[in-house]
Amino acid sequence: MIDKRCHVAEALKDVSDGATVMIGGFGAVGQPDFLIDGLVEQGARDLVVVANNAGWSRETGIPRLFDLGRVRKIVCSFPKNSPAFDDLFRVGKIELEIVPQGTLAERIRAAGAGVPAFFTATGVGTQMAAGKEVREFGGKTYLMEEALHADLALVEAWRGDRWGNLSYRGSGRNFNPIMAMAARLTVAQVHEAVELGGIAPDEVVTPGIFVNHVVDINGGAPHG
Amino acid sequence: MVEAIPLDRAAMAARVAQDIPEGWIVNLGVGVPTQVADHVPLDRDVIFHSENGILGMGPAPTPEEFDPWLVNAGKKAVTLKPGAALFHHADSFAMIRGGHIDLCVLGAFEVAETGDLANWSTDSNDKTPAVGGAMDLAVGAKRVWVVMEHTTRDGRPRLVKQCSYPLTALRSISRIYTNLAVIDVSPRGFTVSEMIPGMTLEALQNRTEAKLHLAATTERLS
Repeated sequence: MIDKRCHVAEALKDVSDGATVMIGGFGAVGQPDFLIDGLVEQGARDLVVVANNAGWSRETGIPRLFDLGRVRKIVCSFPKNSPAFDDLFRVGKIELEIVPQGTLAERIRAAGAGVPAFFTATGVGTQMAAGKEVREFGGKTYLMEEALHADLALVEAWRGDRWGNLSYRGSGRNFNPIMAMAARLTVAQVHEAVELGGIAPDEVVTPGIFVNHVVDINGGAPHG
Repeated sequence: MVEAIPLDRAAMAARVAQDIPEGWIVNLGVGVPTQVADHVPLDRDVIFHSENGILGMGPAPTPEEFDPWLVNAGKKAVTLKPGAALFHHADSFAMIRGGHIDLCVLGAFEVAETGDLANWSTDSNDKTPAVGGAMDLAVGAKRVWVVMEHTTRDGRPRLVKQCSYPLTALRSISRIYTNLAVIDVSPRGFTVSEMIPGMTLEALQNRTEAKLHLAATTERLS
């Protein structure tokens, strides 16, 4: 029997130091705080975090990893309003790779789809173009951007079943479905674990093929 | 002579809203651009897009409507209109980068007479750089308008020959709505189509670094 439901400690036991970790969410919505707490407990260090934001309040989520000195680098589009990140960044204790949001999403999607690189007009003529291959197509200039892979993706969904099928609520999809596709190991926290068929086939957003473990967190509103 | 009274932010947002026709799909940046939605008449079918995966976004919720799982690009709670759709970030930015958005309205630090935009960083070392979706919107939307104060707080022009701040995109902006005027970016440069009552082209030029041209017909902003 395929059963991907498990405890958070079991789901994260093989995460190694130096891992690249994608963390879903846009603002507090869709941010897998329970799994991030699990990663705090698990103890892996020297992490590269890929996330749209650098978190908010110190009590939850990504800032806890920052404050414990566990993150070497963050790849993100909008690291504002995170005091824990600012403290490290100001003194040069964390590396920042700033990526335009659409390029970040497409680099993640490309990794999941087996596309090693692609060309985009975003960033042409700006400091984002530094060191990147430039090509013309149809008389327009484009930058080459490479796929962004991860060792681990932590995502949040609304419902999940034991095959790993996921559905989402509200604006909670954001980066979660594409991060689930881009990592070697994907762990989803879900607010409601349902039986097979509990998510109608035409309402599955992330098919279970992209998900390794499902952790039931039993509800709770987003915070921070 | 009429004293020239600059538009306040609500009036600037309202002026932008006048030019958004029925049927457009529109993405609004944070700040004054977000207020534009409040001034589009309810009976005009305009669909608002939010980069975090919403088409058909409605206004801020009443306490009864509040849903903690539904926020806009500024991370503020919003509502959905009947007909709304929800999707993930790669689809959302495919809408943006694939040229499916009719209009994006952004704030700016500077716009150059070529349409170059600088709106994401003032490059001061103490601040965290953060670009968000600005670079994608500026190159991907069918048209990009800027709404901003005509000058900085200390009176320096924001409409310039060449941007001094880090660029968001090259040749991106087609129209600028300021608290003093409406200005199109045309092949010959900045072309003034409207000014507030009491404003002269000479006085406006004094607040603008790049050369201003007068449109064939120039209206009065009210």
